[in-house]
Amino acid sequence: MSEPILALRNVSKRFVKSLDAAERMANLVGAGLADEVVHAVDGVSLEIATGEVVGLVGESGCGKSTLGRVVAGIHPASEGEMLFRGKRLAEMNAAERHEAALRVQMIFQDPMSALNPRMRVAEIIGEAPRFHGIVPRSELSATVDDIMLRVGLDPAYKRRYPHQFSGGQRQRINIARALAVNPDFLVCDESVAALDVSIQAQVINLFMRLREELSLTYLFISHDLGVVEHICDRVVIMYLGRMVEMASTEELFARANHPYTQALLAEVPRLDQRKRTFAAIKGEIPSPLHPPPGCHFHPRCPHAFDRCRAERPALREVAPGHISACHLNDAAKHSTGTSL
Amino acid sequence: MSPVLKVSGLKTHFFTRAGVVPAVDGVSLTVDRGEVLGLVGESGSGKSVTGFSIMGLVDAPGRVVEGSIELNGRELVGLTEREWRSIRGKSLMIIFQDPMMTLNPVLRVDTQMIEAVTAHERVSRRAARARAIEALSAVGIPSPAERLSAYPHQFSGGMRQRVAIATALLNRPDLIIADEPTTALDVTIQAQILYEVQKLAIDTGTAMIWITHDLTVVSGLADRVAVMYAGKIVETGTTDQVLDAPRHPYTVGLIGSVPSHNKRGQPLSQIPGMTPSMTNLPEGCAFRPRCPRADDRCRVTPELTPTTGALARCHHPHIPSEAAA
Repeated sequence: MSEPILALRNVSKRFVKSLDAAERMANLVGAGLADEVVHAVDGVSLEIATGEVVGLVGESGCGKSTLGRVVAGIHPASEGEMLFRGKRLAEMNAAERHEAALRVQMIFQDPMSALNPRMRVAEIIGEAPRFHGIVPRSELSATVDDIMLRVGLDPAYKRRYPHQFSGGQRQRINIARALAVNPDFLVCDESVAALDVSIQAQVINLFMRLREELSLTYLFISHDLGVVEHICDRVVIMYLGRMVEMASTEELFARANHPYTQALLAEVPRLDQRKRTFAAIKGEIPSPLHPPPGCHFHPRCPHAFDRCRAERPALREVAPGHISACHLNDAAKHSTGTSL
Repeated sequence: MSPVLKVSGLKTHFFTRAGVVPAVDGVSLTVDRGEVLGLVGESGSGKSVTGFSIMGLVDAPGRVVEGSIELNGRELVGLTEREWRSIRGKSLMIIFQDPMMTLNPVLRVDTQMIEAVTAHERVSRRAARARAIEALSAVGIPSPAERLSAYPHQFSGGMRQRVAIATALLNRPDLIIADEPTTALDVTIQAQILYEVQKLAIDTGTAMIWITHDLTVVSGLADRVAVMYAGKIVETGTTDQVLDAPRHPYTVGLIGSVPSHNKRGQPLSQIPGMTPSMTNLPEGCAFRPRCPRADDRCRVTPELTPTTGALARCHHPHIPSEAAA
């Protein structure tokens, strides 16, 4: 693996809802209320190599978007450290941190709500490079044209407003805006989920072409395992804020280790399956306000045993480059003497 | 066996200031008892308006201008609003993408479900409540009797959609129209709901039209598939026929754009361009400007014609062996 462009070490993000005045009053008379804390991201470590496409997969509420936002610098991490090109963000001076922040850009799910409806496309794309002094004012117009051509938009439309474009074109505007500051790293948060099938294919192809042309690195957040399998080199599976499994895409789809990953893969609807009986993992993702103790997945896991209810499983290597957090891996070793 | 639903030559047009929008332009389809028809198309293809037309839910400036919709042999086009109310919610049901469109946020679930029963049948509240509990447990809601007295916001998204489906089942309808009910849900929840729905279609014999843009959902669920483009059905046949050996170039393109196992890392085959504006459709075949096979013949609108089994609306259909290659 080449030098990681970005590394996360034990990163956590907590959201705290403090008590309001009435609740503090209630506490005075002994109501015993406490702050509500959501561990949106709980101790995630991850290294992403230059040029790699890493898929981040999980159900709603598993913290995948929060992790993406921490990586993109939108939320500060509550704990842990982030390294950009080997340098800790905490040790950088203001100028370096500013530069690192520009290098990581984010593309959101809903292309319309991410664009200011009162700005023309040329302003949307040109604002950041102008503000950051990346492009001299005299060359701004030509730069905007270049970027629009690169993402497959006709520069003749640069005077238009976002509402005058279709959904797929709007997502291209979002991509153009992210590319305008010459980033190295794109965080794509469900960036193709809102698009029609044929448009989705166009945008996925655009992402892959840009990766070649601009040697970009991606963190690709998605719930769509079909898309992830198609474009990602490596896949991270998250459940209730924790990473439960990580492996190369081939390895993960061929030999999923964690029961949650196995269940997710079984649910992926595929074109070649006909009139199949849908069999579902039971239940839903629990509230992150009160996550179950031990392994978060144990209430839904068909293989859960006593240890799962008490002890949090650690991420262990089950094959080269393949890590998984499940007690079954230990149990299998003890009982049969072979690893899974 | 006569079909539960028979739609012939349905045209629903919207009369807007920008001109007439032929959202549904000559759609014919049938659904048998216990059958699931997958109605597939992209945004603006007219698939939802087809569903709304069958439900009699098209509002001004839209209107059904032509065609007939027969439910168990009874003509629905031209019914009065009073007659519609006796059918809608009883024999015909719709499930929307967003369950909050079905559920009233300020009423408890039991109030809404009991009302749905008593609006169509003279039964006691106790009997209606029992039926609501039965329907909730049929869609896999744990402790249904307790959950009945909750408000919609107290349910998660997946559970809310189950409540909407349970409400749709209350009066044992002949036909359920499902308008992308699982699109907003996680894969695990989607699989649970598809599982329940599939079981119900088999157990109760309810016919179903499953409207979606997701071919992979259709492939696991539907018996037959109809693909819509610009207000017309461009291809229809059994799920195997349409998905294994598509005839119409649009269907071929749609299937090609689904990321799948065997093409990893390679560019997806994509359909160039985008869906045309419905007020300014190209003459002849609406898919012509995006079609790799188009020529001068395509300036004349093709009819839906049989091509070795499935029906396709194309002058130059793919022949199955070629499409499989």
